[in-house]
Amino acid sequence: MNRKIQQFVFEHKKVVIPIAALIFLGLPFFVTNSYFLHILIMVCIYICLALSLNLVTGYAGQLVLGHAAFYGIGAYAGALLMLKLHVNFFAALLLSAAITGFFGFLLGMPALRLRGDYLAIVTLGFGEIVRLVFVNWKGLTRGPAGLPGIPSPQIFGFAISGRTEFYYLALILALFTIFFMVKLINSGVGMAMQTVKNDEIAAEAIGIQPRKYKIMAFVISSAFAGMIGCFFASYLSYISPTAFVYNTSMTILTMVVLGGLGSIMGSVLGASILVIVPEMLRFLNDYRMLIFGALMVFMMIFKPEGFWGAGKRRRNIYKINSEVPDHGSNS
Amino acid sequence: MALLEIKDLQVKYGVIPALKGISFEVELGEAVAIIGANGAGKTTTLHAISGIADKCGGQVFFNGEDITKMPAHKIVSRGISQVQEGRGVFPNLSVAENLSLGAYLRNDKAEIAKDYEFVYEVFPRLLERQKQMAGTLSGGEQQMLAIGRSLMARPKLLLLDEPSMGLSPLITENIFKTIKKLNKERQMTILVVEQNAQMALWVSHRTYIMETGNIVYGGASKELKNQDFIRKSYLGQKD
Repeated sequence: MNRKIQQFVFEHKKVVIPIAALIFLGLPFFVTNSYFLHILIMVCIYICLALSLNLVTGYAGQLVLGHAAFYGIGAYAGALLMLKLHVNFFAALLLSAAITGFFGFLLGMPALRLRGDYLAIVTLGFGEIVRLVFVNWKGLTRGPAGLPGIPSPQIFGFAISGRTEFYYLALILALFTIFFMVKLINSGVGMAMQTVKNDEIAAEAIGIQPRKYKIMAFVISSAFAGMIGCFFASYLSYISPTAFVYNTSMTILTMVVLGGLGSIMGSVLGASILVIVPEMLRFLNDYRMLIFGALMVFMMIFKPEGFWGAGKRRRNIYKINSEVPDHGSNS
Repeated sequence: MALLEIKDLQVKYGVIPALKGISFEVELGEAVAIIGANGAGKTTTLHAISGIADKCGGQVFFNGEDITKMPAHKIVSRGISQVQEGRGVFPNLSVAENLSLGAYLRNDKAEIAKDYEFVYEVFPRLLERQKQMAGTLSGGEQQMLAIGRSLMARPKLLLLDEPSMGLSPLITENIFKTIKKLNKERQMTILVVEQNAQMALWVSHRTYIMETGNIVYGGASKELKNQDFIRKSYLGQKD
């Protein structure tokens, strides 16, 4: 069933994509409830976070358990730039992406020497250290009290303050991230990143430098997380360390895995579902997360490859429809 | 001067010596085989040549240039291309994408296009399957792809690591026929490491025998085939 949907979307992408775009553009005309708009904005934010993590974990194969740290660094960097230095929102967006990218570079360095579980532990530690810095560097971050009064974006004197306007801005950022990731993955650089995940020695044997592409994946991934962190700070106008904890990292990772590792559509779906479903289950009150957890367990049992694709780019198969071979067939 | 010259090469994994000082050479246009049992150091030899394994002693000369300390990507650009043991194709990428990555270090588009044609000519199966993902190919096809990918680098020296691994005898024979053809008709210099001694002796001009990190014997393949100890220990023939 799922496969048929994928095939349908692939074959009719010239129709499906504009329709989807129209739906998203038109949503605020139908959804006027600000609570629903807030959820849609959070969907856009998490799409960016999931896609950026998907690049480093899904495509380059480096397990990162502290992605929320980059999100947080971007948020704090953006907030401080706007509050203390009165930098324009859009400049802050770029600057916080650059700053976070630098931290991604720093974390990428040990990643060159570590693999799998060990790297996961280092990134876990990195996430905790960053959170502790947010909590304890009171002079800069005001600690657990957080930073209030972060200004809204201004374009030519026009302030973006309403939920609808924020929604469009979030949508633009999410679409930009999707567009960027699709282009990157299908480029030579993207392919080189994927070879690092598949077989590092084989990559080296054909002249690819795994180090270079691992670092690159870390930097790009963290820069996008930082960018959306800056947007998040401006949108809520208040940030505190509680938004950038281990739990957030896990949520983002779950989105990527549940959607399908190494699949852009998967990350988008994973982020959307994991933001929307817990909200829909709110009527269950205390049982909400219990039911949600059970749903995820079932999902992993019955569809371990995620919502969209088996981490493979199926488009290659669809082009030769008649000849889809059985997996594992040997001559 | 030999195309590849190895002098007293040593490699250690931690404290365990894998290569205890081996020396051999490969002439331009030659096909040379290294045979030996598991753990003899065959794969390590190839990894040391292509710069993937760190050397702790000895020297490697390629085309007269000392490449002992050179990083892997530079060695590839000098013209040494290795086909991985277990093939090492990238399963999530299509056949064509895998091939294009073989030419990763090259910029000469027109020449690359010619090499696509060359690879598809050598392995017509790959042309049929060019849009398919490499992970969905059969074992033999993956081996063809791995060799094809290495050819895309337009190497002066092709290193082959156990091309017969995990393949049926029929497919193995096909692969080795292609290797021989590459050597004979295209003058490709080849260094092949193989457990299948029969195939290795058939495809090569000269063969070296490795045992626990040393080269214990070397000679013309035609003569080796008739040596008693080779027939007994490596070809499994009885008197």
